[in-house]
This record gives sequence, C-alpha cells and structure tokens, in this order.
Amino acid sequence: MANEVCFRTLHLPNPGSLETYRSIGGYETLKRIVTEKVKATEIINQVKISGLRGRGGAGFPTGLKWSFMPRYYDGTKYLVCNTDEGEPGTFKDRDIIRYNPHQLIEGMAIAAYTLGARVGYNYIHGEIWEDYVFFERALDEARAAGFLGENLFGTNFSFDLYAHHGYGAYICGEETALIESIEGKKGQPRFKPPFPASFGVYGKPTNVNNTESYASIPFILQHGGQAFQDLGVANSGGTKIFAVSGHVEKPGNYEVNMGIPFPELLSLAGGIWKGRQLKAVIPGGPSTAVMPAASIMGATMDYDGLSKAGSSLGAGSVIIMDDSTCMVQTLKRLSYFFFEESCGQCTPCREGTGWLYRVVKRIVDGEGRMEDLDLLTDVSSNISGRTICALGDAAATPVLSFIKHFRPEFEYYIQHGRSMVTGK
Amino acid sequence: MLSQESLARIDRELTKYPDDHRQSAVMSALRIAQDELGWLSKDTIAFVADYLRIPAIAALEVATFYNMYELEPVGRHKITVCTNISCMLRGSDEIVDHLEKRLGVHMGETTPDGKYTIKEGECMGCCGGAPLFHINNKRMCEYLTPEKVDEILGELK
Repeated sequence: MANEVCFRTLHLPNPGSLETYRSIGGYETLKRIVTEKVKATEIINQVKISGLRGRGGAGFPTGLKWSFMPRYYDGTKYLVCNTDEGEPGTFKDRDIIRYNPHQLIEGMAIAAYTLGARVGYNYIHGEIWEDYVFFERALDEARAAGFLGENLFGTNFSFDLYAHHGYGAYICGEETALIESIEGKKGQPRFKPPFPASFGVYGKPTNVNNTESYASIPFILQHGGQAFQDLGVANSGGTKIFAVSGHVEKPGNYEVNMGIPFPELLSLAGGIWKGRQLKAVIPGGPSTAVMPAASIMGATMDYDGLSKAGSSLGAGSVIIMDDSTCMVQTLKRLSYFFFEESCGQCTPCREGTGWLYRVVKRIVDGEGRMEDLDLLTDVSSNISGRTICALGDAAATPVLSFIKHFRPEFEYYIQHGRSMVTGK
Repeated sequence: MLSQESLARIDRELTKYPDDHRQSAVMSALRIAQDELGWLSKDTIAFVADYLRIPAIAALEVATFYNMYELEPVGRHKITVCTNISCMLRGSDEIVDHLEKRLGVHMGETTPDGKYTIKEGECMGCCGGAPLFHINNKRMCEYLTPEKVDEILGELK
C-alpha cells in the first residue's frame, strides 16, 4: 500500500484543502485529545510505541525527544517545524505543505498540546515561495475554523502557529541554526548542550521536529502507535516518503512502508530511464554514503537495512545515477555545494570544504595528482567530528564514499585528464 | 523609502513574533523590501533595520548571509538555475547553455537592457521536477527543456 499516512488525501480532489482533510476525519483526533484531556504521558507513550524516528535525517526517536521537554515551565514554550529542505535530492516536505498542510497543522497542534507549547513556527525553505503562500492560507483556514488560536474547542488550550520563510541557506536545516534564523540572525549552529528542549527559540524550551514527523502524528494517535509501527519493520516503524530523483523514468515522492526492498521502490519510480543500467545510488541525500548498484539492489529501505548495507536512510532522498554518470564530476558538484553552504563558523569545515572542492576541481580540470586521493581522504577525516554541527561530516561523506567505491574512476581521471565514463 | 503597502506587509510579519523580538521579522522585511526595490542597497538595509528598531549591522549580517538577497542591482527578471546533483543528472547544464546562448550573457551577469539576470543556485528542494529554475525568488518553473525555457522567456515582459 502507498500514501497511507502523510499523503492520505492525495487521491482526492483538492487534496490540500481543509474541506478535503475534514472529509477523511481531519482534526477529529486533535478535538478528541483536547476535549477529553488525554494525558501527555499517554500521548508520548503512543508516539514511542509507534517507532517514529525523526524524518529530517537524524532518525532520533520522536517520542524520546518529546520526553526531553520540561513538563513544568513558567513561561512560553515553543514548537518548531523544520520544512527547510535544502539537502540536495530532498523534496518530500514540500509536497506535505502543498498537498496535505492540515495534517501537518493538526500534528503540530497535538504536539503543542502534549508539550505545553503556546506558540509554533513552521520554518519553510526560501525557494518554495508559492508553497509558503499556500501554507499561510492553510493556517488562515485552520484559524478561522477554530483549530488554531485561543481556547480551542472551548477548553483552556491555546496554540498559535505561524510560517517563517527562510531565504536560501542549507545550514538552517540544522535545528539550532534554524532557531537562530527564527530569531532573525545568521543561521549559525549553536553549541549543544544546552539542547533546544531547554534553550531554544528566545532561550525558551523548544521542540523541533521535521515536517513528515509531525504530519505522521495524527495517524499515530488516531489508530494507535502499534498500527503505525506495524506498517514498517523493527527499528523503523511506519511509512516513509522516499523522494526519488535523478535517472529514473518517474521522479517523485513515494510514500511506502519502511523496509521496502530497493528494487521495488525503483520500479515504483519507473525504473532506470532510457533503458540504461543502474550505477550508483545516494540513498538519503548527499550526507549519506553513495552505494554501488550491487549493494543497494540487495538492501531494504529502512534504518537498519541501509546501515547494514553501508550507508544510511537520512531523509530518504534517493538519488539515482545510471551508467552514464561520471562520479568524479558528480563529486565536484557536491563538494562545491558543501563549500558554498558552510556557515563559516568552525575552521575545519570552513577551510576544509574549500580544500575538498579545490582538489576535486583540479582533478576535473586535468591537473590532478595521484596523491590527491590520499589528500582528499586526509582532509575529510580531519573535518569529521571536529565541528559544532553535522555539515562538516556531511561534506566529508561523499568524498570518502565516492573514492572508496569508485577509486579507479578517480585514478583514470588523474592519469588521463578526462573522464573514464564520458571521455570528456 | 518603502511604500505603505510594503510597510503594511512588514507590520503583518511583525505580528508573528513577540513584541520584544522584532528582529525575528528581519528576514521577511528584507524580502519585502527587495520585492519592491529589486535589490538591497546599504541604505535600504539600514532603513529596514531602523524600521524594526534593530542595529543596522544586524540586518546587514542577515542580508549577506542568506543567498536569495541581492546586494547589487539585478535585471527585471532574475532567473536562478539549480545546478545541484538531481538537476545536473537531468540536464541542468543544457538549460544553462541554452540560457547563456539565448540571452548572450554568462551565469552571474545581466543583459545590457537590464531585463534578465541569470545565476546559479543551490538545491531548491523541488528535485522531482528537475531541471528547474525560479524567477525573482517567486515563480518555480520545473521539468524544463530548451523549448519550455523559450516559452517562459517569451511570456516575460
């Protein structure tokens, strides 16, 4: 089965409208929880049972994260949604906010009730203006219908939710950079601890989750945590939206059960385009290791399945490369991305990403030296684990994994000054 | 410096944040200013900062950090082409070549008549529709081919 959770309105006309969402029972779960005053501990327990793990890429158990929020706090607590999709190949949350925004709003309202948050922000990626406008309209609809605002359903529960528009910075996908950005500053990650649960937006307790995570909440509380867990496999409960891009016939988002074998997902996306052969896959966005065809074809798409096969699930951003792809040129583009997007705060990342890009570029320019491959590995290893946030590690991962799996292509490029694959 | 309409839009953004955190609205305020004036001069940035009652340097830091703000004048239609991996795999190079030939300028440049600026962008989070570009940070154009690019350029006044 597909499209059972976040995309459950997708087969209906006007999937993103309030009317459509209500026709499938939308906001009923919120209403029940709020009016019956369901205990927060009970809700968190269901989220734990569901096996939901952070869908933004880190895979941290959502129920556990929720339990970190201080229960008693004299002041405003905040709820933040991360719709700042900038990891290349990631475009799933965009489809949630434009095709089923109300499920996200309901999920956030349930989270706000559970965690005692009075105000929420949904941080939306800068480049998707039309979708931001659409989401703002959905917020207006929800407010007018009495699902956001003061004293909801005649109780003392109040929750205000706003959209905050980013303006072009990959780093703001990192939760503390995102918080800085909400405060109107440069998006530079904070030292942790303290974590957002104790020191988040304006220094107040803040819970940050990904769009897909929040949008899964209404399903979990409607059908029970176990029903969600049962859709997936051990350690990977529920469904996952895989954003499939690159060399397939039908790129797009596919919401399927966790644990789906990769070949099945590939065939949903129409298979490799132009009748070509699969060469490599980046299974979770460029901050996860590239996998050669042979290892991905035997893998299942879930946290354990991909980690056993030598990579990780990340945000489920599946980038498919066919046999016409030059891995050296591809790595050059990825390395440029991390160099461009490094926020500049930590020296190993700021300087190291520049080194990585310049060395890969010189190989592509025909000026590479054989010792460059060791240099790249060395620079990568010296960034990893030496920075405040994970961008440094993310920049190192493609370099290390591309060279590990496709070393002969790099050696050929250095020896001949041109690509082994394209001849150019 | 900004129209009443733009100021009203900034005021609306301010309602999203606590009164003692007006700086939170700086990103949208700069965006609104850029929408009206085309780009952000130092004076515009200072004006926005003043309006929000925050130090000018705080607004300048934001304007220089996020890459969708323009700190130099751009053409009437700024076309930002994504060339990141998913777009690259589906032929963004061909789109770039086509735009450069058709408009007679290179990436990062503006046509002499001031009508178009073309530039390279980072991942826009719409990779299923690759290759793609967006116009003036607003309109997303996906599933591009050289023919479709011509069609879109033909519509722009």
